[in-house]
Amino acid sequence: MSNSIYLDNNATTRVAPEVIEAMLPYLRDLYGNPSSMHTFGGQLHRKVEDARAQVASLINANPEEIIFTSCGTEGDNTALMSSVESQPRKKHVITTRVEHPAVLNFCHHLGRKGFRVTYIPVDSQGHLDLDALTKAVDDDTAAVSVMYANNETGVVFPVEGIGEMLRQRGVVFHTDAVQAAGKIPLDVTKLPVDLLTLSGHKIHAPKGVGALYVRKGTRFSPYIIGGHQEKGRRAGTENVASIIGLGKAAELAAKQLRNEAPFLISLRDRLENALLKTCPDVRINGDRTTRLPNTTNLSFEYVEGEAILLRLNEFNVCASSGSACTSGSLEPSHVLRAMGVPFTAVHGSIRFSLSRYNTEEEIDRVIEIMPPVIRELRSLSPFGRDKMSRLP
Amino acid sequence: MWEYTEKVKDLFLKPRNVGEIENADAVGEVGSIVCGDALKLFLKVDRETGRIIDAKFQTFGCASAIASSSALTEIVRGKTLEEALKVTNKDIAEFLGGLPDEKMHCSVMGREALEAAIANYRGEAVPLHKEGRTVCKCFDVTEEKIRKVAIENHLTTVDEITNFTKAGGGCGECKGDIEEILRDIWSVKLPEKTAKPKKLTNLQKIALIQDIIENEIRPGLQADNGDAELIDVEGDRVIIALRGMCTGCVMSDVTVRGIQEKLRELVSGGITVEAQK
Repeated sequence: MSNSIYLDNNATTRVAPEVIEAMLPYLRDLYGNPSSMHTFGGQLHRKVEDARAQVASLINANPEEIIFTSCGTEGDNTALMSSVESQPRKKHVITTRVEHPAVLNFCHHLGRKGFRVTYIPVDSQGHLDLDALTKAVDDDTAAVSVMYANNETGVVFPVEGIGEMLRQRGVVFHTDAVQAAGKIPLDVTKLPVDLLTLSGHKIHAPKGVGALYVRKGTRFSPYIIGGHQEKGRRAGTENVASIIGLGKAAELAAKQLRNEAPFLISLRDRLENALLKTCPDVRINGDRTTRLPNTTNLSFEYVEGEAILLRLNEFNVCASSGSACTSGSLEPSHVLRAMGVPFTAVHGSIRFSLSRYNTEEEIDRVIEIMPPVIRELRSLSPFGRDKMSRLP
Repeated sequence: MWEYTEKVKDLFLKPRNVGEIENADAVGEVGSIVCGDALKLFLKVDRETGRIIDAKFQTFGCASAIASSSALTEIVRGKTLEEALKVTNKDIAEFLGGLPDEKMHCSVMGREALEAAIANYRGEAVPLHKEGRTVCKCFDVTEEKIRKVAIENHLTTVDEITNFTKAGGGCGECKGDIEEILRDIWSVKLPEKTAKPKKLTNLQKIALIQDIIENEIRPGLQADNGDAELIDVEGDRVIIALRGMCTGCVMSDVTVRGIQEKLRELVSGGITVEAQK
């Protein structure tokens, strides 16, 4: 599938060739356990610490503030569980209605356990209701979890301002920065967050590795309990090769961040502007001015997302949809619904998410393919501007 | 990604019989854009023979909805209305070489559009299962439709009902109702549950509960430096107190539920356990 046009980088990314090269020795020859007394294993401890420094450097943290995890979901779950367990008297948690399921479903889980959970709404542009957030905080609030950038729309939340407000109130603050990391600059010396989640496979490292930033001084209680690894904060033998890969990927991301963003913006806007022009009845979901550089979420009215994706699939174009048929349930995207996007548009939503490996030629190819795909599917649909069936 | 058959892929990528029939003799419209799929079926009927001489469709929906619609038109072309009315959702699914479980509702939608079109032709009220109680409010599914689809397709679980009708696939609040409907449909045929255990006296019951807490529950809790004590039993209400590390533990609700489960299993299904605050 090397001829695929891969525009689904918020789902997962290609492992960077440099990352694979960096990892190979640790898969092949250096298979030791970093906890071992002998040099063969023990020497790997240093390598893991080097990777920790590389990851820390991506967000300007101290290496000892980084805990390696197995994925973004583990980071999110750990952050929330640790926050409530280390403050047993507090029984209130605040999050947003548009979080990733790793946070949202964990909060539902806490709700079933007797916690009070407040879900902060967003407006039609995807912006968080900051008033509602400020008002929701009380003495019982154990933690607030707000994503840095939304995976579906790319809309970025004002995490810095939220963090300042919460710091004054003395509330633990977690941000899921899985989509933001490597795409926009993150600096925890300026960002008042206590916990921050990263995931490897969204930044060109392999799947199965991630990191949780825990600010020095934050009360922490481990989620996975066992051996002494990660200074007792996350048990389990280190996934050495993947940790090395994550370190390399973080180093690459940090190095290329400044050049990459304008490149991604230019490709993304080229695609978006062309489709707005060539396909009638299209809308953009999410505020265009406060988005990740690589993401666009478009709704094509009167057609259904899965049908669009499978037609695109015939041209080896990979994207995502927020339609019900692609969500794994019968409900369409909770993010777009929270924004009040009408059902007519939610079902026909398509997300294109780009990476450093995309080219102008690929974007131009999609610009060429998309209009006939939409036109044909609309010709099948009983709905439409000039069709007999009117929309409810 | 769904595992679609070659036939589904073919009819999705190159659908047959797309479009409207001008001056159609019958039109059947089901579904809605809100629910994520909708089908409009047009039929041309020979007035003398009652034979369907042309069938076309317009569909808003996923690949399997489009393929199911196209399959439906292929199946009914040339059939008399009587023959067409015998077409079931299973026939549509079989024509496609099968559909993924979660997509069976697409075949049901095809069958419904056909019923609606034929009723339209005969000037009858559209049998859109609009009568009777709406069970699933998210997808506007009535009890009548659930019963009909359950019986025709021998569905016995809530998940199957969701796959075939979408009912229960939204907020999930109606899952209990669906379960009850299924129990009502199939109860006669299902084997009787095992005979009820003989009734315990109050004293026997309390002694049994005490015994279970002592021997089966406390050792587990004590291993985690926690403990539980039986405070009182009022009918089926069992009041306990959590001690040691269990006090104030975030997982204490789970612990209480676990104890309840155990007592329900071993003493009586109606037991509820409460932790003394």
